[in-house]
Amino acid sequence: MINREFFFKGYKSILAHDSPAIALGCCFIAIGALLKNLGFNIQESIFSTMLTYALPGSLVMAESLLVGASLINIFLAVWLVNARLYPMAVSLFPLMIHEDQPKWKYYFSCHFIAVSAWLIMKSNYNSIPKKQRIDYWIGIGSATWSVAIIGTFIGFFFSEYLNKDMMMGLAILNPIYFLCMMVGASKTIQITLSVLLGAILGPIFYFLTPEWSILLGGIVGGTIAYLVGELHVS
Amino acid sequence: MSVNIVLAIFVTSLATFLSRILGALSSERIKETSKIFKWFNCLAYATLAALISRTIIFPVGILNEASYFIRLIVVVLSLIVFLISKKNYVYPTIFSAFCMSLLSNFF
Repeated sequence: MINREFFFKGYKSILAHDSPAIALGCCFIAIGALLKNLGFNIQESIFSTMLTYALPGSLVMAESLLVGASLINIFLAVWLVNARLYPMAVSLFPLMIHEDQPKWKYYFSCHFIAVSAWLIMKSNYNSIPKKQRIDYWIGIGSATWSVAIIGTFIGFFFSEYLNKDMMMGLAILNPIYFLCMMVGASKTIQITLSVLLGAILGPIFYFLTPEWSILLGGIVGGTIAYLVGELHVS
Repeated sequence: MSVNIVLAIFVTSLATFLSRILGALSSERIKETSKIFKWFNCLAYATLAALISRTIIFPVGILNEASYFIRLIVVVLSLIVFLISKKNYVYPTIFSAFCMSLLSNFF
């Protein structure tokens, strides 16, 4: 089954000095408060975080519900904003695949793919033996998932005490945290260029097609960065 | 609200899980040393960067109520805090929340 030592090593990674736990928790506090204001009950709010566990997707769902969008519209809007999870999974799982590990672990743990857990794994995988990486990943994922659920719970019950300014503070926290993590991760030409081009092209494509802007910005920016990096190496 | 909340939650989680499971399934044949892995790595970072900049410049939700100028000040000051704190992730994050709350209260 799951190697306990590496699972807990992964789980404890959220206690590190530069852990995403605070940022992640605060963002889900905002989500919990938002869902309550939308008319969700506590069970629905918790299940929403448990099953979706992707902040931008939850925000898009909330916005779509507010404007009275249909289920198909919600599906498409969420799929487009969360399609980033596909390249994130493809650029993470090959680092963890080991022939001695059962496949169910990979299928089960793909639910934990989210920015915070992904960035922690990306910066730590080198220090973990390949065979145990999947157990370490399940540990990281379980920890960030628990933080998200607890955050939603707190946000739901404390929503009355959060005024507009505080909600704005909670809302900016997550993009700033991810921005710093991306700047910190920019150590090679390919990654630095990917981050820069993605950040510039995403908003530019927004003027052409708001729904597809993230995907288009990512594909065009990432491909240019990859080609430039390959040319630089050769 | 015209759509049932429970159905909306299921649809949202299905749309999200689809990308995750497809990613897990298609990465079975990809080696970490291959070119396609490197390309997907670039795509992942670029897509994340696109998402973050879109969240800050064209936000969904309450951030929309803060002006561009306030958002820009918060981002620049937080990045300065990040650099002077020797790339610590927690200080700029907490700073950004206080900074945004204060600025949106005063302006």
